[in-house]
Amino acid sequence: MSEKLFNVQEKPIQLEEIVKKVESSNAGAITTFIGTVREWTKGKRTVYLEYQAYVPMAEKMLAQIGSEIQAKWENTKVAITHRIGHLDISDVAVIIAVSSPHRKAAYEANEYAIERIKQIVPIWKKEQWEDGEAWIGDQLERVAYQEGKPKIKDEDR
Amino acid sequence: MINLLFFAHLQEEIGNDKIKLETDNITVKQLKGILKTDYNLSQMDQVMVAINEEYALEDDIIKSGDTVALIPPVSGG
Repeated sequence: MSEKLFNVQEKPIQLEEIVKKVESSNAGAITTFIGTVREWTKGKRTVYLEYQAYVPMAEKMLAQIGSEIQAKWENTKVAITHRIGHLDISDVAVIIAVSSPHRKAAYEANEYAIERIKQIVPIWKKEQWEDGEAWIGDQLERVAYQEGKPKIKDEDR
Repeated sequence: MINLLFFAHLQEEIGNDKIKLETDNITVKQLKGILKTDYNLSQMDQVMVAINEEYALEDDIIKSGDTVALIPPVSGG
């Protein structure tokens, strides 16, 4: 298993491994988020997904998200692994684990992490449908970034 | 010379995941202009640029030896 807290990998992600990375005697809670491949999106059936990443930068940006979380919520530990390559329906694409002394911070920080992943981490998914394929570029259903760029700095939020 | 990296639909449009460009001391904005005119890349306005794995702004300078990634809107998660 990878010891890295922030990791991009091709092989399937094991939940237990990610949870272990954030275990702590200071923790009173560990939250996990498991992002999976959905079959139906707005009436359109996905057959499989292909994820691509700019791996070194993606891992850096995941680490940045971890730093942002630790600055916002004290005494948290964060581990994030994102999978790339060919993923079938129901496969796990991403797992985020956050531990903290109290549950509220663990829940909030975990949601913060997935929102930031969708803004700043250079990972792309290509949807393969029954009748075609396309790289997905704006999951927020926008044609372009509202401000012409993603919100890189946390302060921009 | 700068090393350009392409991802997602840009990689398919250009038909390669990387190219080398003989240039030095150009801004991000100038690079996008070159890619539009010389390589027929569309929708460059939505594309972010990272210089040596750090997001860059339109006026940032790209120097010879830099690795420059063209980053379309991301869709991880």
